[in-house]
Amino acid sequence: MSAPGQNYLTASKGIRSWLLTTDHKRIGILYAVSVALFFLLGGIFAVLVRTELAAPGETIMGQDSYNQAFTLHGVVMVFLVIIPAIPGILGNFVLPIQIGAKDVAFPRLNLFSWYIFMLGALLALSGWLIIGKVDTGWTFYTPYSSEGTNSVLWLTTAVFVAGFASIFTGLNFIVTVHKMRAPGMTWNRLPLFVWAIYATGIVQVLATPVIGITMVLLFLERLLQIGIFDPALGGDPVLFQHFFWFYSHPAVYIMILPAMGIISDLMGTFSRQQVSGYTFIALSSVAIAFLGFLVWGHHMFVAGQSAISSIIFSMLTFLIGIPTGIKVFNWVATMYKGSVSLKTPMIYALMFLFLFTIGGLTGIMIGVLAVDVHLHDTYFIVAHFHYVMMGGALIGLIGGLHYWWPKITGRLYNETAGRIAAVLVFVGFNLTFFTQFIMGSRGMPRRYHDYAGLLEQYPEFAAYNMVSTVGSYILAIGLLMILVYAVHSLLRGKRATANPWGAVTLEWTHTGVVPDAHNFHHVPLVTRGPYDFHLADDVFGSAADDGDKP
Amino acid sequence: MMEDKQALWLPEAASTYAGSVDSLFYFILVTSVILFVGVVTTMVVFAWRFRRRSAADRPVPVKENKVIEASWILVPFILVTIVFIWGFRVFITMSVAPPNAMEITVRAQKWSWLFEYPEGVRSNALHVPVGRPVKLKMSSADVLHSLYIPAFRTKQDVIPGRYTYAWFEATRQDTFPLMCTEYCGQQHSTMLSSVVVHSQDGFEAWLQESQLGTDASPAERGEALYTQLGCLACHSLDGTPGIGPSFEGLAATERAFTDGTRAVADDNYLREAIVAPAVRIVEGYDALMPATYATLEPEEVDALVAFIQEH
Ligand code: HEC
Ligand SMILES: [Cu+2]
Repeated sequence: MSAPGQNYLTASKGIRSWLLTTDHKRIGILYAVSVALFFLLGGIFAVLVRTELAAPGETIMGQDSYNQAFTLHGVVMVFLVIIPAIPGILGNFVLPIQIGAKDVAFPRLNLFSWYIFMLGALLALSGWLIIGKVDTGWTFYTPYSSEGTNSVLWLTTAVFVAGFASIFTGLNFIVTVHKMRAPGMTWNRLPLFVWAIYATGIVQVLATPVIGITMVLLFLERLLQIGIFDPALGGDPVLFQHFFWFYSHPAVYIMILPAMGIISDLMGTFSRQQVSGYTFIALSSVAIAFLGFLVWGHHMFVAGQSAISSIIFSMLTFLIGIPTGIKVFNWVATMYKGSVSLKTPMIYALMFLFLFTIGGLTGIMIGVLAVDVHLHDTYFIVAHFHYVMMGGALIGLIGGLHYWWPKITGRLYNETAGRIAAVLVFVGFNLTFFTQFIMGSRGMPRRYHDYAGLLEQYPEFAAYNMVSTVGSYILAIGLLMILVYAVHSLLRGKRATANPWGAVTLEWTHTGVVPDAHNFHHVPLVTRGPYDFHLADDVFGSAADDGDKP
Repeated sequence: MMEDKQALWLPEAASTYAGSVDSLFYFILVTSVILFVGVVTTMVVFAWRFRRRSAADRPVPVKENKVIEASWILVPFILVTIVFIWGFRVFITMSVAPPNAMEITVRAQKWSWLFEYPEGVRSNALHVPVGRPVKLKMSSADVLHSLYIPAFRTKQDVIPGRYTYAWFEATRQDTFPLMCTEYCGQQHSTMLSSVVVHSQDGFEAWLQESQLGTDASPAERGEALYTQLGCLACHSLDGTPGIGPSFEGLAATERAFTDGTRAVADDNYLREAIVAPAVRIVEGYDALMPATYATLEPEEVDALVAFIQEH
C-alpha cells in the first residue's frame, strides 16, 4: 500500500501539474471536468427547447432562437459530450490500470488530444459567438447549411479538429491494448470494458477522417466554386448526406460501444458472476465496429436514394441488430445464479438494459423500410435515438462514474441519494421521451418550433408535449442531484476502501484506495479472468473458509 | 366523439397502402412488447431471486446451455427476417406508382407548397380525387424539404436540382394535414398545407372553378398568384405585418431601406421587390424573401404588381 500523500492526486500539486500532466488518470479527470461543463451547457439548451415546446405558440423564444437552441443542443451533446465522454474519462482512467499498464502507450499524445479537443470545443462555441446564427441542426445538411453565413464551415472545422482528438485517443488505446498488457493478461482475460474501448478505437481511427474529407470538400466548393453538394453549381445535396452519415453512423457506435463495455463490467461485478457469453460480447463489439460502416444509408430511406440501396441498407441494419440483441440476453443471463447487489451502479446498469432494449426494439421498427417512411423525421426518431444515446450511452457513463468513483476520488457517495437520483432520472427520462414515441407515430415532425398549426387535427399534441416537458424537468433535477452529492462526496464523503464492491479486475485488486501515479508498485501478474469470482480467494477469503458457514 | 375512439399510436389511415403499413407497425409493436416484457421480467426475477444474501456470497458456476444460446440467435433472426421481407414488399408498393396515376407537379420553397395540375391550375393546398392513384413529381426551389402526409403514410424528401416522386391513392373524402418534415430554416414549422380529397366529380368541378378564364383581369390573376405562389405566407392584405410588410396601402407610398435610402413604391420598385428582393431590404425586416421569384413569367410579375397596386 502506498503511504498517504503518494497517490496520483497528491503526487504533485498546482494547476500546472494538472495542465501539463501526462498521467492517464489526471487526463481522464481533465476530460471529466470539461465534459461535465459541456453536458451542463447542452442540458441547458435541452431544457430551453423543451420549455419552448411546453405549450403551443411562442412560449419563451422565437423561431430563430429555437432553431439555434436545438442545433447547439445537438452539436454540444454529440460532439462535445457523448463522443469524447466514455473513452476520454473512463477509458483514460480505467483502461491502462485494467490491463496492468503504467500508462497509455503515448502519454504525451494523450495530453495533446485533450488540448485538441478543447480547441475544437472552443471553435465550436466561439463560432456561435463570433459569426452568429448557426441553425442548421447538428446534421448540417446542404444546401441549407451553405446559405448565408459561413458558420457551418466554422462548425465543421470545429468538428474536424475535435475529431483529431478522437482519432488520437482511439489510436492510443489500440496500441496500448496491443503492447502494454501485463504478463498473464491474455486477450481472453481482458475486461469487457477494455474490449469495448478497443473496438471503439477502431471506429474512431477509421471513421473520423471522413468528416474531415467532407469538410475539405465543403471548403473546395465554397472557395473554388466546384459543384459538389450545391445544386446551383451542379452538385448533389444528397451526396452530402452520404458523407455525413458515413461518418455519423459509425459515430453512433463510438458513442454506444463504450457504454456496453461498462455495462458488461457492472453486470459481472454486481452479480458477482462470470459475464455470460464473454467471447461473444467481446467479438461482437469488434464485429459491430466493422458492420457499423455499412449501414449509413438507413438514415436516408426517403432522402431520394434508390430503392435498391434502401433495401440493402435495411438488410444490413438488421444484421447489426441481432448481435446487439444477443448482448442484452447475455447481460440479463449474467445475473443467473449470481449474487446480485443493487447498489447505485447496478441500478444504472439495469436501467440501461430497460431503456436500451426499448431503444433497440424501436430501432428495428424504423429499420423496416415501409414503416420508416412514415416515422422518419418525426418525434419517433427523436425518441428512439434519445433512448439509445441518453438511455444507453449516457446512463452507461453515469453508471460507470458511480462504479469507479471510489477509485477516482478515494471517497464514497451517499448511497441513498444515489438511488433517489436514479429513480428521478428514470421517471423523468421515460416521461420525456416515451410520449415522443406516441406523438411521432401520430405524425409530429421533429425540429418544429411550434405545433399550434397541427392542433386542429391533433389536439392531443398539446398534452403530450406538456408531459414531455415536465418529464425533462424531473430528469434535469435528477441529474443536478447527482452533481450535488458528487460535490458533497468530494468534500466530506466517507473514505473508501481499495475494493468496496468486491470486484476482481486489477484496478480494484492491485492498486491502493486511490492509485499511485504509476498505478502499480510491481507489474501485476495476472492469473485469472476479469470475472473469475470463484478464483478470487484474495478478495473474499478462501473458499474453504466460508464453505463451512451456514 | 371521434376522439374517444382514437387509437394511441398512428393517425387514422386514409390511403390504399396505409393499412399494410399499419399492420406491419402493429406486428412489430406487439412482438417488441412481448420481447421487452420478457427481458424486463427475467431481469426483475433474477435480480430478486439471486439477490446478495451475505457479503461473502460466491457465485455458483453456470454451465452453458447450448439450446438457449442458439435460440437467442435463431428467434431474433427469424423475427427480423419476417419484418425485413414484409417491410420490403410494402415499400415496393409504396415506391412504384401505378401506370395510370394522375400526375401533379409539386414545387416546394421556403416555406410554402405549390401544386400544379395538368390543366395549368395551381394551388397551395393539394386537391385530389378519391379512389384514383396520384403521382407527385416534386422539386424544390431552394433547400431540402420533405412532403409528409401522415394519414396516407407518405413521405418523400424534395430536393433542389432533381425530381423525386411519391404516390398514393386516397380512400376517404376529407381534409388531411400535409407538412414539411425536413428542416428547412426559420419558418420550417409553418410550412404546412392540407390535402383536400374530393369525390371524382367534385375534383373535376374544383379544377373547372380554379381555371382562370382568359378574360380575367391582371389584378384577378395576381390575386390567384398571391395564394398560389405562397406570398400570403409572409404578406398580409389587412395591414398586419408578418415576415414581410403587408400589401395594404403599399403601392405609391415611400419606403425606407436598411441601407438608409428611400424610394417610392412605383411599378419599377414593386417589380424589383419581387424578382430581386435582395437588392434593397425594407427597414424593419430581414432579407427572408425567397429569391426564387426571379424566374416568374413577365405576365405573372405584371399581374402581381397590378394586384398589389389594388390594395
Ligand atoms: C418567406 C417570406 C416571403 C414570401 C413567401 C414573399 N415575400 Fe415578399 N417580402 C418578404 C420580406 C421579409 C420582405 C421585406 C424585406 C425585403 O425588402 O426583401 C418582402 C418584401 C416584399 C416587397 C416589398 C415590400 C415593401 O414594403 O416595400 C414586395 C413588393 C414583395 N415582398 C412581394 C412579394 C410577392 C409578390 C410575393 C409572392 C410572389 C412575396 N413577396 C413572397 C418576405 C416574403
Ligand atoms: Cu420545408
